[in-house]
Amino acid sequence: MELRQVGTIAGKEFWDRLRNRWVLAVALVFTVFALVIAYFGGAQQGAVGFRSIGVTIASLVSLVIYLIPLIALVLGFDAIVGERERGSLDLLLSMPITRFELLLGKYLGLAAALAFSTIAGFGLVAVVLSAQLDLPALFHYFGFMASSVLLGMAFLSIAVMLSVFAADRTHASGLAIAAWFFFVLVFDLLLLGALVVTGGSYGGEIFPYLLLLNPADVFRILNIFTLDDVRTLYGLATVFPRTLAEPWLLGLVMLAWIVTPLAVATWRFRK
Amino acid sequence: MTSTTPPRAERSAGPAAIVAVRGATRHYGAVHAVDGVDLDVARGELFGLIGHNGAGKSTLFRMMLGLVPLTSGDIRIDGAPVSGGGFRAVRRKIGYLPENVVLYDNLTGFETLQFFARLKRVPANECAPVLERVGLTHAARRRVREYSKGMRQRLGFAQALLGRPQILFLDEPTNGLDPEAIREFYLILRGLKADGVTMILTSHILAEIQERVDRLAIMAAGKVQAIGTVQALREKMDLPLWFHVRLPRADFERVRTVLGHLPVTAVEARDDHVAVQCRREAKMLVLQALASLGDKVLDLHVHEPSLEDVFFGFSD
Repeated sequence: MELRQVGTIAGKEFWDRLRNRWVLAVALVFTVFALVIAYFGGAQQGAVGFRSIGVTIASLVSLVIYLIPLIALVLGFDAIVGERERGSLDLLLSMPITRFELLLGKYLGLAAALAFSTIAGFGLVAVVLSAQLDLPALFHYFGFMASSVLLGMAFLSIAVMLSVFAADRTHASGLAIAAWFFFVLVFDLLLLGALVVTGGSYGGEIFPYLLLLNPADVFRILNIFTLDDVRTLYGLATVFPRTLAEPWLLGLVMLAWIVTPLAVATWRFRK
Repeated sequence: MTSTTPPRAERSAGPAAIVAVRGATRHYGAVHAVDGVDLDVARGELFGLIGHNGAGKSTLFRMMLGLVPLTSGDIRIDGAPVSGGGFRAVRRKIGYLPENVVLYDNLTGFETLQFFARLKRVPANECAPVLERVGLTHAARRRVREYSKGMRQRLGFAQALLGRPQILFLDEPTNGLDPEAIREFYLILRGLKADGVTMILTSHILAEIQERVDRLAIMAAGKVQAIGTVQALREKMDLPLWFHVRLPRADFERVRTVLGHLPVTAVEARDDHVAVQCRREAKMLVLQALASLGDKVLDLHVHEPSLEDVFFGFSD
């Protein structure tokens, strides 16, 4: 593998997103949402203004869990199929570059754009709030940002995989929307439904592991489990055993969610 | 029409072949897109590949570039296989202009070349001279979005020229170019040929290609139906030629009389002339017979079969 080739492709993807203001737009969306949630998140309780980092992160998690998978899927769904459909893929592949280098370059460039937006968008909020945050709170917020980046990477990896499998862009966008519905909306409902149907008789042992099959749930556990004051607010997270909730372990699971779809995509793209 | 498969000696471009295709086959299920193609292109040769849409020439092109794997057979560029470990070295010798080239709308012409130069590991300072060569210097800082079809084609060609490739694969290179640009394009090709660059190009505009290529191959139904110089193809096809003899109507019958014993294939009386069709080997005999009519003949035209006739003869 020649890293230089990967870098050239990644660089082009990243600069494309920077230049067409995609990075700026997404960062702004994150900043605005985070600020609104931090200041008005407690409005239901009849008060506005920043309250606690725990509540703020919990609210942000509920938002990000919908938003980031959607943004990542939209960003990556046409990475390969778009080039193929426009007719520029042949020319790229006629260069001294392997298919893996092309795929990895595309992924890393898009991942850099998404990570940059996430860190810039939420980071700005951290700067604004920094006066009101102590060190442990900042640490939690940093953890939230890092896990948001990982969540984006995982869904971007799924998106790039779909872009390799799809026959055309329309097909790819359909698959991306289906993936979003499945992981963000349907998966937890299915698990809850199964838990209720079985009367919870086998629940305890398997369900925590089943949660690992969804990067969105991994993200939720990563953020919620460490915050004692909000843990009880979340149904599924409470069935999660403490031994599995190690951040490094969950981080590894996220990493697997990044690597596996990319590996499948590479296998398919080489065929 | 019989498809003539010339003996290997005529197909071969000799030991200097820089592109060697042996029994190249590509099947898509039951469809034989390319079916047992043998082809040699000599170093420094300008080689044309013609055929109808769906004849298999684009697939063969993409196989030669290593973009489409072979079902069976072997393709070598400068002695090395097009895929596998050494593919990078092979690719660096190649310039490719795809049919209907698509570039990135959001980049400028110059940035487009810089991007491809990085992928080809060509120094960035080669970009400006290449743009100059294809006549795009004035538009170097404009986005490709604003380019006309012809300008995009030129930029695609510029990209293929990066890194001084030894072999150029040009798929329908003059698509979208106006006549003046086509002339300029072939002028550049002539310069490249003088530098010893091997070029393989496809076209469906036969009149354009026939004066310019050293040899050409006619493809139909996934096979090379004929290969050789334009002249050799004409002779090999042995298509009949026509004499149009203009003379007074009253003398039309005399033509039949003087040709009576000759192997002509048709004699047709038309408005103001008689059309005589004969095989190539009878050409001089027919001409002598017609000369015997003396000053009865007011005018005489010989119609040789065109490359179109040859092409349609092979590909029908």
